Amino acid sequence: MKILVCVSKTPETTAKIAFKNNDSEFSEDGVQYIMNPYDEWYALVRALELVEEQGGEVVLAHVGPATNDSIIRKGLAVGAHRAVRIDADPSSSEFVANQIANHAQGENYDMIICGKETIDYNGAVVGGFIGAQLGVPYFSFVSELTSTAGTHTVTRDIEGGVEVSEVSGNIVLSAAKGLAEQRIPKMKDIMMSKRKQIEVISPADFHTTAKVVKYELPSAKGGVKMIDAENMDELVRMLHEEAKVI
Amino acid sequence: MSVLVYIETSNSKIRKVSYELAYYGVQAGKTLDMGCVGIVVGDCEDLDKLTSCGLSKVVKIASNSNGDNGTIADAIAEVAKNHSASLLVFGHSSIGKSLMPRVAFQLNAGSVTGINSLPSIDSGQFQVSKGVFSGKAIATYEISTPIKVVTLMGNSLKPSLVDESELVIEEAAVSIADGSVTIKETKKEEGTVPLPEAELVVSAGRGMKGPENWGIIEELATVLGATTACSRPVADIGWRPHHEHVGQTGVAIRPNLYIAAGISGAIQHLAGVNNSKTIVVINKDPEAPFFKAADYGICADLFDVVPRLTESLKKFKAS
Repeated sequence: MKILVCVSKTPETTAKIAFKNNDSEFSEDGVQYIMNPYDEWYALVRALELVEEQGGEVVLAHVGPATNDSIIRKGLAVGAHRAVRIDADPSSSEFVANQIANHAQGENYDMIICGKETIDYNGAVVGGFIGAQLGVPYFSFVSELTSTAGTHTVTRDIEGGVEVSEVSGNIVLSAAKGLAEQRIPKMKDIMMSKRKQIEVISPADFHTTAKVVKYELPSAKGGVKMIDAENMDELVRMLHEEAKVI
Repeated sequence: MSVLVYIETSNSKIRKVSYELAYYGVQAGKTLDMGCVGIVVGDCEDLDKLTSCGLSKVVKIASNSNGDNGTIADAIAEVAKNHSASLLVFGHSSIGKSLMPRVAFQLNAGSVTGINSLPSIDSGQFQVSKGVFSGKAIATYEISTPIKVVTLMGNSLKPSLVDESELVIEEAAVSIADGSVTIKETKKEEGTVPLPEAELVVSAGRGMKGPENWGIIEELATVLGATTACSRPVADIGWRPHHEHVGQTGVAIRPNLYIAAGISGAIQHLAGVNNSKTIVVINKDPEAPFFKAADYGICADLFDVVPRLTESLKKFKAS
């Protein structure tokens, strides 16, 4: 099996979110970056498991500048065999998907896996766009996946439950919690990853269709009202009369 | 020119989220000065109810029962072309997220997912906003293509309803091609509102001390008519199912009421819930960071407070 895993760079989960240039740009001051957790914990690990079972290789795809190589090295340390980096600023989900799909065209990957969404822009569309461009079935939020002789059983999360589908041939999917368990690379793996190949390719032309023009922080809460533990009738009254939520 | 809204159904009935979608489409149509048309796949018995949101017309695509989202998306894109749609609205739901990218791709449309506002036109540019950084900030997006596609986050706006009226249902001239995907099985927990759509949520964390103690949370949720949720550590150690995990790496929600018991309120948890309209925090640690994000706080032992709250709610419901 030849599996492409798409990995993104995101601010780590405790990063302080701030903006600059008149609130038109994300401020990177003091922000630590990580590989998007859904890409690392679920997409990559399930790809590795499938290749360990059936043979083949796991290739990472990343859209970003050379300074993002540390993110790619992490994926190589976790176990991917090699990586492709498309040398461009990942300006939008459509752009990233278009670049990855252009690369995948002609490479005949059996499977392309993304995380269900990135934890920064929460788009949840890159996999869908790749599938659309390649004309390949796409499954969102996959929490279970088995694959035998080119036929896949795909379980995806839907509201209040799951949906189980069967499909043959190449597929694109986005990985949700439950698909695999996070793997922590050992020192030896980290050393080995430095010798793995990151192929750099130039981006294809793409016309941007949607962009952020302004950021703002949510308005601060008016302060907490503390209520006596003995007086839950009072809380219920406030939820009804003041907050009007019950 | 029109706004096209994808109506979600389940067992031939409209899903609750469809009211919000229909309302959104109608209101967006007013801003953009165009009519709104619903689009539904397969049979649906109670489409008429959507007229209470101001919707007057629905185009129906006959289902071919194999359920390949790719070919369904292709059929929707055809209908969009036939109706000169300039804005398409889907729910930010499992079906919306599955269909939307392929529809947008077919129409060369720019898109924004998980939006929480009606569109506005600023200097001739189409703008919508959405929560980013898992709810820690809000971004305004501009879409520059002639056709635009969005997915709407649940509980983003409250429809003001009008009396039901006549609904025009038009059979679409397109059909869904056979795809390569076959749905084998759908497993659903019946009777509970799924978390992303829930207006009332009762959530608990490590302060519960063990999975065997969840009875008091479930009882509170039952009395309130709420959906249960949990924090990440609790899902990770298997006390609660993964789909209940709310937070930055779980489900992001924006209910009207979020009650959190025994959850300290780490930044990753807050990211997924801080868009809730009202937050009640029950924690015995006065230093719990969650109190800073709360509207109402009770600093006491949850094993004492939760049953009391359930009793008070029972009294309130009975009165």
